[in-house]
Amino acid sequence: MLPSLAQAERVFVSNEKDNTVSVIDGESLEVVETIKVGRRPRAMAFSSDGSELFVAVGDDEAIDMIDLESLEVVSSLSSGEDPEVIRVDPNRPYVYVSNEDDNIVSVLDYQQRRLVTEIPVGVEPEGVGISPDGKWLIATTETSNMAHIVDLESMEAVYHRLMGARPRHAEFTADGSEAWVSAEVGATVSILDMQETFDVSHTIRFDVPGVPRETVQAVGVALTSDGRYGFVALGPSNRVAVIDQQSYEVLDYLLVGQRVWHLALNADESRLYTTNGVSGDVTVIDVDELEAIRSIPVGRFPWGVVVEP
Amino acid sequence: MNLASYGHCLRGVVSRELLRFVHQRSRFVAALVRPLVWLFVFAAGFRMALGVAMTEPYQTYVLYEVYIVPGLVGMIQLFNGMQSSLSMVYDREMGSMRVLLVSPFPRWYLLVSKLLAGTLVSIVQVYVFLAIAYLYGVQAPLTGYVLVLPALVVTGFMVGALGMLLSTFVRQLENFAGIMNFVIFPMFFLSSALYPLWRIREGSYLVYQIAALNPFTYAVEMIRFAMYERFHAVAISISLVTALVLLGLAILAYNPARGMMARKGGGGE
Repeated sequence: MLPSLAQAERVFVSNEKDNTVSVIDGESLEVVETIKVGRRPRAMAFSSDGSELFVAVGDDEAIDMIDLESLEVVSSLSSGEDPEVIRVDPNRPYVYVSNEDDNIVSVLDYQQRRLVTEIPVGVEPEGVGISPDGKWLIATTETSNMAHIVDLESMEAVYHRLMGARPRHAEFTADGSEAWVSAEVGATVSILDMQETFDVSHTIRFDVPGVPRETVQAVGVALTSDGRYGFVALGPSNRVAVIDQQSYEVLDYLLVGQRVWHLALNADESRLYTTNGVSGDVTVIDVDELEAIRSIPVGRFPWGVVVEP
Repeated sequence: MNLASYGHCLRGVVSRELLRFVHQRSRFVAALVRPLVWLFVFAAGFRMALGVAMTEPYQTYVLYEVYIVPGLVGMIQLFNGMQSSLSMVYDREMGSMRVLLVSPFPRWYLLVSKLLAGTLVSIVQVYVFLAIAYLYGVQAPLTGYVLVLPALVVTGFMVGALGMLLSTFVRQLENFAGIMNFVIFPMFFLSSALYPLWRIREGSYLVYQIAALNPFTYAVEMIRFAMYERFHAVAISISLVTALVLLGLAILAYNPARGMMARKGGGGE
């Protein structure tokens, strides 16, 4: 029933209320390990060399570093207040952290374990996206309803664009020409042109048939590198929207668990994993078939998900 | 009587039932429209309310349309089983049952042939319904459509034997409508056909207990698990035992020396 079972990928899921990271084996689709981390783990990212997994632990104001061989927290980096979303620089040993309460994005050098700089942005920064070439960073601010486009050479925000209400997440396309920014309350995804105008070129709206409008909240975004699909987690509507990356047309809504929050594609992009916060599970979607194939119980309130490259 | 004549008898009974089915086009349409209305109208309206549960044998969350299909398959068979029995009341009233019952074959054989014929008709209806549901988007794994066949046979026998047993209590066609209402509807609604048992339990513990005792629940679960390539030993055992017990009782009831027919002076005499 499950196609391409030969994959031996590992899927990491942060459980916000359990203070753990669940490890799912991509072959058996079962939780094989549960790693104890700091309090309130949310966003995760791999180090550039792929040897460590960074976990933002909000209530401990730190980033826990998990060694991917021993699957244990080997060190912890102080991150500033309430870290929520983290991204790793593709060129430098930097990790970018949105500090919700301080209205800044902190830049940390994880090798030298020091604070490089702090980039002031709008009120309540949340989503952080980084371009594949490491040139641009986008920070979304929940209260300002803005996307702040940061030049990573000068480490300064150079453009500020208005988004839908409560922008949550920013994701670049594989060629870096666009960034997709989701808005939780606005229930939209704004497409930012990252080549010329650095402004919104298109807005995608969602309307799930038979589902109350207020439960449709756009949160996590995942984009296939072949330019085929965009996936958007629609929160308490329990659906993942499938979007044609070229025409921006919504192709389908796939039923997943309750309050779907974030998404991650695996390395060959044959599968999409979603975290379902309220039902406490991860749904596996077959990307070619556009079909949910299994839901796997994890810990309480799964938030972020990453798949080992 | 040799095996060939038994076969001849079976062919006769089955072809009569199939012919009757083919000639009554409205019955075929009605048998399909009923579950389709449930699928297209009822299930679509309950999408949000029930689309959030994960229940065995499903491996992920399913829409209500997907959940309700095995229950509607059971509904088709339930209605067909009752309709087939209804035809026995009619046969008795019209005298054609006498032709059947005076044949030299043992009565149990005649009744089993009759049940088999009714089951075959219901299976044809079920597969047409499943094909429409498939086109509508309710798609089980392809092997599930093969694996469900034995489950359909057992369910067909179970509800058919129940109808047969009930038909012995009914002297006239008109009385049968009451039994339909008092048997079909409670059996269908007080089962896992429309809602999973755990969901019923949230609503009413009493209804849950009744549904958990209702053999139709197990027939529906047997169908549901088979469609998704799973083997539900408990559901299969309960359905099989129920089918055999009801069949035994029906044969007993149709026995002119001991059964209800003797007491009520039925059987077309």
